[in-house]
Amino acid sequence: MVKSFYSKAVLKHFDKPHNYGRIKDYDGLGKVGNVICGDEMHLYIKIAEKDKKEIIKDVKFETFGCVAAIATSSVVTDLIKGKTIEQALKVKKEDIVKVLGELPPIKLHCSVLAIDALSEAVYDYYSKKKEKIPAKLEERHQVIMKREESHEH
Amino acid sequence: MKKQIYLDYAATTPVDPRVVKAMTPYFTGKFGNPASLHSFGNEAREALENSREIIAKAMKAESKEIIFTSSATESNNMAIKGIAFANKDKGKHILISSIEHDCILNSAEWLKKQGFDVEKLPVDKYGTVDPKEVERRIRKDTILVSVMHSNNEVGTIEPIAEIGKVCQEKNVYFHTDAAQSFGKVPIDVRKLNVDLLTASSQKMYGPKGIACLFIKKGTKIDPLLHGGGQEFGKRSSTSNVALAVGFAKAVEICLSEMSKEGKRLIKLRDKIIKRVLKEIPDSYLNGDPKKRLPNNVNVRFSFVEGESILFQLDSLGIAVSTASACSSPKLEPSHVLMAMGLKHEEAHGSLRVSMGRWTTEKDIDYLLKVLPGIISKLRRISPHKIHG
Repeated sequence: MVKSFYSKAVLKHFDKPHNYGRIKDYDGLGKVGNVICGDEMHLYIKIAEKDKKEIIKDVKFETFGCVAAIATSSVVTDLIKGKTIEQALKVKKEDIVKVLGELPPIKLHCSVLAIDALSEAVYDYYSKKKEKIPAKLEERHQVIMKREESHEH
Repeated sequence: MKKQIYLDYAATTPVDPRVVKAMTPYFTGKFGNPASLHSFGNEAREALENSREIIAKAMKAESKEIIFTSSATESNNMAIKGIAFANKDKGKHILISSIEHDCILNSAEWLKKQGFDVEKLPVDKYGTVDPKEVERRIRKDTILVSVMHSNNEVGTIEPIAEIGKVCQEKNVYFHTDAAQSFGKVPIDVRKLNVDLLTASSQKMYGPKGIACLFIKKGTKIDPLLHGGGQEFGKRSSTSNVALAVGFAKAVEICLSEMSKEGKRLIKLRDKIIKRVLKEIPDSYLNGDPKKRLPNNVNVRFSFVEGESILFQLDSLGIAVSTASACSSPKLEPSHVLMAMGLKHEEAHGSLRVSMGRWTTEKDIDYLLKVLPGIISKLRRISPHKIHG
């Protein structure tokens, strides 16, 4: 079998992505990347309470971008659906790559984008609820914002 | 088995079986070195010179004006660097178009480091260089102008004869990279007013590993490769007779079939363009609608990304190409599309379909059947929708 540029798992998620679309009455929305750079990801989350903990009851994404961007979006939704916010924020880009088998090195930044979209969605949720934003999340938000600005042409 | 449809002939072509048949004896029985004086050498020399003559005639040149190289990249490197070094006493100014292939752009970049002054010519929205702009920018110290005959991405055919006339009047060497054109459209080096012209074998059903450079008699040029003095002292290396024979055979076939094949491909090309623009909302043609290669279609779709379209088509067995940023090693959009004035977000959704000898109408119908669905599927995933 000839080796293709992307792993089978990447192509599978790309061809039939899980959880794509919008949540109309979302609780948090994370928007990262931009169309100028060729990758843009929107992640919607719906929060519910379960056993006195906030869980991500539903999650959906919309992505403009390459195969890797769409596949990593799909995987991140799988990884956080039904998880507590605390658990979801612990998902690392390595966890996404693990599900996908491998990502071409040049495409690794796409997995970072997916993680950023998630942390931005949670940030948005906390901001809307006027809850205190954990220091770590605030720090990440600042880093992401700074990077987004530097991409503006 | 999954149907396989190759629509990337601009990347490379398969070798025509007639070419393989012509080449084969020169790998084994007729393996001689044309530089040898014995009968083996004579046989090889005759085949080499015969091939040179066929290629020369095909572009209305003399045999002695054709040298064989290993690739169009080498031919272009030699044209740019060879002219620059041989004429540096006259001046250091070089004009190239902004939509050249990387092997011209990077050769010119390298020359900059050697102290040459390289200036890029702008193009219009179709990717066309204006001959008047060339005239305006030629200076007293200009030694070379290089503008490709047709663009590899968008297929636009440049006004080479007109630019050549300007260069002749100003007494400046003029090179054109005809890698995508030779074999597809008529090429006459005299009518084109060129001093140097690059042609490639692997874009016209010949083998990879061979190309040629037309160098007009009297042109002052330095070789890149020094050695035994093959190719009239301009390109040393043991002659690759088998590949030269294959290249010549490929040229013969292309020439004899050009008129009929050109008409057939133009019909298919215009069918794709018309149907795509009509059936897929927010789709646009890149490049000149009329002055374009018979086999090239380059279209762009808003709100989706080219690499995603490519892999969707690949999963259905259709091979095409894209110059989107995500598909490039540098993650930058195509310099050709940017030079044509497209915005980043417009350049991302571009797709090149390039047809060839074995493309059938059935293949095109299949592409046209599946493409609209692929675009709307990707648009459903995209945060950017057509209506808000």
